[in-house]
Amino acid sequence: MSSQPNLPIPPPLDLEAIRARLDESKGPQFWRSLEEAAGAPEFQAWLDHEFTDGTSEWSDGVSRRRMVELLGATLGLAGLTSCTKQPPEKIVPYVTAPEDVVPGRPLTFASSIPGVGGVAAGVLVESHMNRPTKIEGNPEHPGSRGGTDAQTQAAILGLWDPDRAQTVLREGRNSTWQRADESLKLLREQMLSRKGAGFRLLTETVTSPSTGAAIKDLLATFPEAKWVQYEPAGRDNARAGARIAFGEPVTAVYHVDQAAVIVALDSDFLVSGPGAVRYARDFADRRRNPASGMNRLYAVEPTPTPTGSSADHRLPATSAEVEGFARALAAELGAGTPAATVKNAAFLKAAVADLAANKGASLVIAGEQAPPAVHALAHAINAALGNIGKTVHYIDPVEVSPADQAAGLKELVGEMQAGKVDTLLIAGGNPVYNTPADLKFAAALRKVKVRIRLGEYDDETGAVCHWVLPMAHPLECWGDLRAFDGTVSLMQPLIAPLYEGKQLIEVLAVLLEKGGREIRDVVKEHWRAQIGASTPHFDDFWQKSIHDGLIAGSASPAKTVALRKELAAELGAAPAGGDEVLLRPCPNVQDGRHANNAWLQELPRPISKLTWDNAVLMSPATAQKHGASNGSMVRLANAVTGPVWIVPGQADGSIVVHLGYGRTRVGKIGNGVGFSAYALRTSANPWRVLGAEVRNTGDSQVMAVTQEHGSMEGRAIVRKASLDEYTKQPDFATHEEKKHKLFSLYPEWKYEGYSWGLAVDLNACTGCNACTIACQAENNIPVVGKDQVNRGREMHWIRIDRYFEGSIDNPAIHHQPVMCMHCENAPCEGVCPVAATTHSEEGLNQMTYNRCVGTRYCANNCPYKVRRFNFFLYSDWDTKSLHGLRNPDVTVRSRGVMEKCSYCVQRINWARIDAERESRRIKDGEVVTACQAACPSGAIYFGDLNDKTSQIVKVKADTRNYALLTDLGTKPRTSYLAKVTNPNQELAPRAEAKPAHGGNH
Amino acid sequence: MTQLFPRNANSIARTSILLALVGVGGLGAALYTVNRSSYNSGQLIVKEQPVMFSHKHHVSGIGIDCRYCHTAVEKSSSAGIPPTETCMSCHSQIWSDAPMLEPVRESYRTGKSLQWTRVHDLPGFVYFNHSIHVAKGMGCEVCHGRVDQMPLMYQQNTLFMEWCLDCHRQPEKFIRPKDKVFEMGYKPQGDQLALGAKLVADYKVRKLTECWVCHR
Repeated sequence: MSSQPNLPIPPPLDLEAIRARLDESKGPQFWRSLEEAAGAPEFQAWLDHEFTDGTSEWSDGVSRRRMVELLGATLGLAGLTSCTKQPPEKIVPYVTAPEDVVPGRPLTFASSIPGVGGVAAGVLVESHMNRPTKIEGNPEHPGSRGGTDAQTQAAILGLWDPDRAQTVLREGRNSTWQRADESLKLLREQMLSRKGAGFRLLTETVTSPSTGAAIKDLLATFPEAKWVQYEPAGRDNARAGARIAFGEPVTAVYHVDQAAVIVALDSDFLVSGPGAVRYARDFADRRRNPASGMNRLYAVEPTPTPTGSSADHRLPATSAEVEGFARALAAELGAGTPAATVKNAAFLKAAVADLAANKGASLVIAGEQAPPAVHALAHAINAALGNIGKTVHYIDPVEVSPADQAAGLKELVGEMQAGKVDTLLIAGGNPVYNTPADLKFAAALRKVKVRIRLGEYDDETGAVCHWVLPMAHPLECWGDLRAFDGTVSLMQPLIAPLYEGKQLIEVLAVLLEKGGREIRDVVKEHWRAQIGASTPHFDDFWQKSIHDGLIAGSASPAKTVALRKELAAELGAAPAGGDEVLLRPCPNVQDGRHANNAWLQELPRPISKLTWDNAVLMSPATAQKHGASNGSMVRLANAVTGPVWIVPGQADGSIVVHLGYGRTRVGKIGNGVGFSAYALRTSANPWRVLGAEVRNTGDSQVMAVTQEHGSMEGRAIVRKASLDEYTKQPDFATHEEKKHKLFSLYPEWKYEGYSWGLAVDLNACTGCNACTIACQAENNIPVVGKDQVNRGREMHWIRIDRYFEGSIDNPAIHHQPVMCMHCENAPCEGVCPVAATTHSEEGLNQMTYNRCVGTRYCANNCPYKVRRFNFFLYSDWDTKSLHGLRNPDVTVRSRGVMEKCSYCVQRINWARIDAERESRRIKDGEVVTACQAACPSGAIYFGDLNDKTSQIVKVKADTRNYALLTDLGTKPRTSYLAKVTNPNQELAPRAEAKPAHGGNH
Repeated sequence: MTQLFPRNANSIARTSILLALVGVGGLGAALYTVNRSSYNSGQLIVKEQPVMFSHKHHVSGIGIDCRYCHTAVEKSSSAGIPPTETCMSCHSQIWSDAPMLEPVRESYRTGKSLQWTRVHDLPGFVYFNHSIHVAKGMGCEVCHGRVDQMPLMYQQNTLFMEWCLDCHRQPEKFIRPKDKVFEMGYKPQGDQLALGAKLVADYKVRKLTECWVCHR
């Protein structure tokens, strides 16, 4: 990553003035950045320049003489490039063709990919002649229902990442698996004689039953050996909370679709954590049709999350206040816990009344990082409300061993320090980087005599280990994993390991002298032993299970649980309030595991819209207190230094820092991006640092943030109303527009064949970003790097605009995915001098790359700012492994070419060819765009507007349907269903009093 | 004052202007010719292959159907190049020790693929689909020529975009009944244009000339 901070650092913000401006409602109703809210001249300048400063000029100080040289060379080379002769190409057929492979047509295989906590995401993987290129959700998988999250979409880039560990290393030198196996066999001999004393296995959370069985086998063979699990963003708190509430670490499974009222306590259950993809779908299903009633979501959280922005009422609260709120809620609802006071009594009262009125149809969810007490309280409240068995049920833990990971790690480090550990096998994870700073893991690790590392990257941990063994990517593995509800999800390899990677179970097999067996058979035999007796025709059953990607009916049965009487006593005292620093896994790179994934690094974070960086997130008031503005460098607890980013809606007094950055040894992409917040972590308080000193160093840094990119200058872009307003005026979104009739001088074009259209339901969209990454994977979209993002040159075909509404301290937050509108009267088409962008008979706004000469007139003339230009050769044409990643049905663009959303025309073309071959029309649902397929909440609809029975026609007939900037007469084919919120009448409505349909013209 | 220029200066000036014009024109013409030539298009050029495979022998000599080897032509974008196994299904029995076929046997023995040189090579930004053309009554011969008379394979047509559009604009000039698609040397019964117009209507052939049909 080259960072060229030659962009000017913006002047500090006057937050008081912004607050006053917004309070007096002179400011815009919807705003995207503090600069916009302030009406800052810099923001206006940004808007006025179509391609932003520096996009059209040389930015690295080119002299006049050099310029002339370059011009001359350009002239010469420009002519020459058109003279390339196509290089000869080889055709390499099979020797023996495999069954089912038809060249040119991809096959799809079901598999599973582990997420944080080892919980399975059920996926279908597209494979072009055994080359996996695209991941989709598995519609039959309970955790997916066809949707995926951004990380699962990006896993395909992780597979082809050229920076993965490529070979066995012994003390930094190339070695072989054969040598490693010999050493492992020697190790086995030594362990046998000592019953495994001094051997420790450190893994991430294991949910795989077959791997779990192998580990148990290992512990039985070597009784003195120990197994420790550690994940920095693991579920310790959830397990501890369940232990307090029920005495056992049960896993909660929510039925969000059954809940009319939901209270999220510091929980981002719609986007992160196990089951989020499923919950998002279930949540959206109760908001898709406001006319037939809506659920209501209350969110109490320190920093805005996608879940908080989907909430009808959101209360910013420090983590102590969240717990106080939970305690008060529990006491009020008769959960038998002591009373507590809260700052915002009205909010509590409204939530209590709503929950009490919906007994058995309500739900309280505690967040993954919330303290154990909040989890316990949430369980107690759900029990008191009679929700257990209705909106939530409990199952045996999905983990093989639900041990307290922090305690286990602490014990392990103690033993390592004391010299009691001879051999440590670290499989997965990255403890040198991501363990709490106070444990000093790296120093302890150096005291271990033999350190073996099995990892996907030769990373920070690998650097301290004697052996580095490349680990197979999940798409290279046979295996099994459990989903959020316990469903056994099966993994099958899409490709042989690219870099001779192996799985943990293979390494364990050597230690157990059970090597030589195919892992496919190991997994199968494991399940034959488990369920073979009760399953007739097990081989057929297994074949079907592999095909489906899961073992049907294997979801864990609901467990009967009873609240413990000691619960109230074990909650302990309410936590001390005060200024705090909260540590959170990054919404994109999570605990740092995806740090080398360029797609996720460049993907704007859902709320802050930051790319390529983490930041010290603070509320406007907190920033004022510390004299900080966006980009000001602050030092936290004298341990880490990072730039401030001001987040409207954050709780005052809570500073949030995302983990997962500041990697030093992961690869070309992730090294040196952001700063590592693990230095702030202690094993006693992994998520919260109370009373940390915050010192403004006086320096500043430029941040690559996309929140102002593609602004449509405050026109009525997001439209919303409350349920009451909607009931009174169902066409609130277009009510004003209908008064002005637009007419055209030209006759209307008749679309006689197909007529494609897309709609996005803003009521379902959570801003989770899955669509953006799905689009990037499907359409071979390159990344550009921090410096280029700063110049407004990011290439995403779908940007998700995030709007704030109302006050600076607790604004409502809205998300709006914006892709090409495929206008019927497209302004871009008329201005192209070479007819590279034209209109198709099916209504598509076509972009023909090989015709484009790069004038950029089209982007200039696009009112929606959805066109992207390849200022440089952004696509990596040289790295061989990335060739494997590319979708062969989409051109890889070169420098100087404009591109934009195509409505996945390659998918339309395939569907059209298949239909035409059978002499029929394309059926509704046959063309599914990549964004539509990925969307966890099903917010995106696509189809043929001429097929009057199609879903898209029904969706577009909804009274909420509106299009952007229709007054320009562009007639967009992409439209939006306006957002309807369901606020509680008891709570004073937020700043707005009237439905927002007009914006601030 | 003496004259600065000699008397013939005018003639020299005129001639050099003329020559310059001719030169520029000639250069343009030369570039145009090169661009259109088979040097650029690859038309009619026989390329070296690992095995001197004769379509003439296999198609007109033995009468093997196109689809025996190009199995994917009715299903996929690619027609498919046969795996070594397909060659060996006959050549393990006949000509089983012909020296010419050694690369095929070697491939079968070692499991290493034969590497053919692509004859019909479209640029990376052009997406062609065999299956739909075949399904709509476009004969192999229309694009690939009389393969049954080619001892060594070559590219019959230019594969220029104008050549594609020629048919996409007027499919009736080239369309044939579906049962004649794989026939070589097909002669229409009666007037091609009249029959073609009927077939275009019968097969619901659309005159797709939009960019995104082929470029995406």
